[in-house]
Amino acid sequence: MESNGHVFGINGPVLTVAGAEDLHMSEMVLVGEERLIGEVIGVYKDRSIVQVFEDTSGLKPGAAVYGTGGQLSVTLGPGIIGNIFDGIERPLEVIHQNSGAFISRGVHVDNLDKEKRWNARMLVKAGDEATPGLIIAEAAETESVMHRVMIPPDVRGKIRSVVPDGAYTIEDALVVVEREREHENAPLPDLNPDAAADGTLLTEICMAQKWFIRVPRPVRERRAVNRPLITGQRIIDSLFPIAKGGMAAIPGGFGTGKTMTQHQLAKWSDADIIVYIGCGERGNEMTQVLEDFSKLKDPRTGKPLMDRTILIANTSNMPVAAREASIYTGISIAEYYRDMGYHTAIMADSTSRWAEALRELSGRLEEMPAEEGFPAYLASRLSSFYERAGYVVNLNGLEGSITIIGAVSPQGADFSEPVTQNTKRFVRVFWALDRTLAYARHFPAIQWLASYSEYLDDMEDWYNENVGGDFLTHRQNILRILYEESELMEIVKLIGADVLPDSQRLTLEIARVIRLGFVQQNAYHVFDTYVPFRKQLKMMELILYLNSQCKKLISLGISMNALKAEDIFEKIIAVKYNVGNDELEKLDGYFQEIDGFYHHLYEKNA
Amino acid sequence: MEYIGLSEIRGGSLVVLEGVEDPSYDEAVEIHVEGGKEKWGRVVQIAGDKVIIQVFEGTDELSLHNTVTKFTGHPMEIKLSEEILGRVFDGVGRPLDGMGEIYAECKRDINGKAINPVAREYPRDFIQTGISAIDGLTTLIRGQKLPIFSGNGLPHDQLAAQIVRQASLSANQEKTEKFAIVFAAMGVKYDVADFFRRTFEDSGAAERVVMFLNLANDPVAERIITPRAALTAAEYLAFDKGMHILVILTDMTSYAEALREISSSRGEIPSRKGYPGYLYSELASLFERAGILRGRGGSVTQIPILTMPNDDTTHPVPDLTGYITEGQIVLDRGVYQKGVYPPINILPSLSRLMKDGIGKGFTREDHPDLANQIFSSYARVSEARALAAVIGEDELSGADKRYITFGKLFETHFIHQNRFESRSMLDTIALGWKILGLLPRSELDRVTTELLDRYYKPTQPDDF
Repeated sequence: MESNGHVFGINGPVLTVAGAEDLHMSEMVLVGEERLIGEVIGVYKDRSIVQVFEDTSGLKPGAAVYGTGGQLSVTLGPGIIGNIFDGIERPLEVIHQNSGAFISRGVHVDNLDKEKRWNARMLVKAGDEATPGLIIAEAAETESVMHRVMIPPDVRGKIRSVVPDGAYTIEDALVVVEREREHENAPLPDLNPDAAADGTLLTEICMAQKWFIRVPRPVRERRAVNRPLITGQRIIDSLFPIAKGGMAAIPGGFGTGKTMTQHQLAKWSDADIIVYIGCGERGNEMTQVLEDFSKLKDPRTGKPLMDRTILIANTSNMPVAAREASIYTGISIAEYYRDMGYHTAIMADSTSRWAEALRELSGRLEEMPAEEGFPAYLASRLSSFYERAGYVVNLNGLEGSITIIGAVSPQGADFSEPVTQNTKRFVRVFWALDRTLAYARHFPAIQWLASYSEYLDDMEDWYNENVGGDFLTHRQNILRILYEESELMEIVKLIGADVLPDSQRLTLEIARVIRLGFVQQNAYHVFDTYVPFRKQLKMMELILYLNSQCKKLISLGISMNALKAEDIFEKIIAVKYNVGNDELEKLDGYFQEIDGFYHHLYEKNA
Repeated sequence: MEYIGLSEIRGGSLVVLEGVEDPSYDEAVEIHVEGGKEKWGRVVQIAGDKVIIQVFEGTDELSLHNTVTKFTGHPMEIKLSEEILGRVFDGVGRPLDGMGEIYAECKRDINGKAINPVAREYPRDFIQTGISAIDGLTTLIRGQKLPIFSGNGLPHDQLAAQIVRQASLSANQEKTEKFAIVFAAMGVKYDVADFFRRTFEDSGAAERVVMFLNLANDPVAERIITPRAALTAAEYLAFDKGMHILVILTDMTSYAEALREISSSRGEIPSRKGYPGYLYSELASLFERAGILRGRGGSVTQIPILTMPNDDTTHPVPDLTGYITEGQIVLDRGVYQKGVYPPINILPSLSRLMKDGIGKGFTREDHPDLANQIFSSYARVSEARALAAVIGEDELSGADKRYITFGKLFETHFIHQNRFESRSMLDTIALGWKILGLLPRSELDRVTTELLDRYYKPTQPDDF
């Protein structure tokens, strides 16, 4: 390997490289004898700046720097799902086997298992036209996911030969494509080996392909987002829903349950593929996800959740530059599965750590800081990340989507800080976590007054078709009661609840039923952890029915104290624990119970 | 390689040396000052043959001509063997107790390496501290990092000492020889270090304690090394020797301030309140060194202590710490002023690992619901108190009055306990039910009907 210069200066993960005229911006480089992986982030007349994705302790000036010609890339192919990678797609399990419990530097391992054979069923024949994204074979990657081998986005031509069905490794050529001349200089990264014979350009297509992580994978067109991602979480699905292909932020101070909410979404969302990025977070949390997800069953397929999950772990003590890259590694993997026609969802926990990694590197580069030391390009980096979400028609005509759910860890739990504010500009769902709720152990601690979803209008047709026209009205009514409660609470804080008229005390009581019986959800309860949409709707109906019956009683002059003497409110709150997800018919009994309560009081006071 | 003289001295802790051949990043250097003094340092930045060295003992006495600088060729290391138990070291790992150098079984890089998440074992065993507010509501788990957020003048040292005393006792019952304490003091007062030393001696634990002391008048740059040296010792004892290690790090605020001081002398761009942008990564590189490795036996549990400037939780140090650690125990001046010890404000306190280490098979099946109910009811107490402050306690409704009573007795009987009182886990749970008995059963909405039937019994204030 030819050296492109040598290390001149070292400042943490940032190196100054001298004597390297050929390096280009964003090029991936290898540094020193240990071949530490780095990336060019600045090119000057006589110096280049490189950020290194590993610990630089012990590195010496004069160490050779080797350009690779390509950018930082991921290997995409079967074997990704169920795996746990570091920020630049090195499998942590293999690193563990090679170098023990602690992560050493300069570990070079294959991103994906090159020995393993996958049973491929070929879907094309010689003579077929090869178009970008065309699915040429499929192989069962896990019990729940069928891996679809695609022609890379930059290859077009005619299929010259095809192997028979059988077991192949990710490097075996499945198909040879005769490429068209005009695509020789395709604008897209071309990392696949070309073999020129008899004047035509031949490209061998195998199961694995490479992709530059900072380049979005191309799609045919973007579609409007118009259907929800069902998460089984009542406050999300019913009150602040997110669309498939949408983007959401979960901001919250420490201890408000960001990670918990992300875990719940990763477990129960009806996405086909989940990419969970632990970006600068706790090591024990990643271990927990690994353990839990291997045991838990996907409610839709009955298979372990790990069979549809990919973990990217760059814990807070792992190198900071790899933290910056981990977000892009994750989204590139998600795009690859989207291209196969899957609905994928990314949980990025936490994007603030990623922004801080940017700030740290920017500081080392002595760039002019904008707000609170963050670089001025924070907003544009955030927007270009979130814009990789979407509901699309892929190059092969299949529909797929990427939903991004980013946790934000605001400094001092103050939502006015730059990361939260800039994120807010680019996402359309905002689930604001609240300390007061978390202190009272009200989980999920999503504050209904500060949260919003902009997708409701987009999804109106879907709700009308699939759920019924009542849904949006019910939602509105539930929220209205909660808003009224917050206004009444202003008064209650000053003079107490006892002096309010009964109609307003009823609003407070119904709001309590909504808060405890509907909005609050127990992630550790055997079935309350995931509630189907139909049950959510029925529960809303039940609470609103209780509200309207109570209102009638109050207007008949029956006092609130008489209403509260019955245990109907507690009964409705307990519905979430007493009615299983597949026992919806039991809910009808509760409607009758409300009627019974109504008649009992009516007759007693008539 | 040795170099005579220096090229530049920058502030209290940095020196620049030019014409250095083959330095390596983060390399340890020895600086011999004329007159026999010896200082330690490490390379923090390299530009060609010019290196910037951070001197741990500070740059006092240095001139451009009176030094000989020697590059060691390796990062900062400390010598380790089981002999370190019972010893006292300074902030960079040199013996302070006059008992001579230790015989080293091995030398370790103090920076440590990141634990591979797949090599971790998820912590599940609780440590009984005998303190109700902790055992009952913010259970400490072996392998956890659970800091104490405190303020100046609050009894965080007493609380940490009590945890050490009582946790070591309960650990004794199972694994006598396998429990040890690593204590790291960063910029604390002499009295505080002495208080801990006496506590360890009085409880008979001195033989199982390793102390690393960087006191308030010790050099600032050394403070950066102290917790790393301590954690390297802890990892060695835990993962090489299979011991259960409890690490006390105090005071993390001084550590962060030392970082800020050095960062500003290097002319780095500050982020919030002048702290460097990498404060989060720096703190994480310490706190993440807690945990359990699969198949290695031992564990590292951390109790970092930090004093919040102006009691402000949103100050960068407690704020960033809370994002890294697995919960926090928050001490509160208001609670302390009521004469409650330990003055733990349970609402912002949290143990993230608690949920998987309590309940059926660990403590008792009603523990999770009980804890949730206490948090939820105590949150109502604050509302009732706020209302009472406006309209007066007499005007409160009956329900609100009950909450006021509940809150009072909860603080004085559940949270409050003697400094030498150790309550068993079951006693704490029983006490929790007794306190909840002050509230009517219909108010207990976090506990399942089944558990209420089994454990709920109404109580009166006179019962306490």
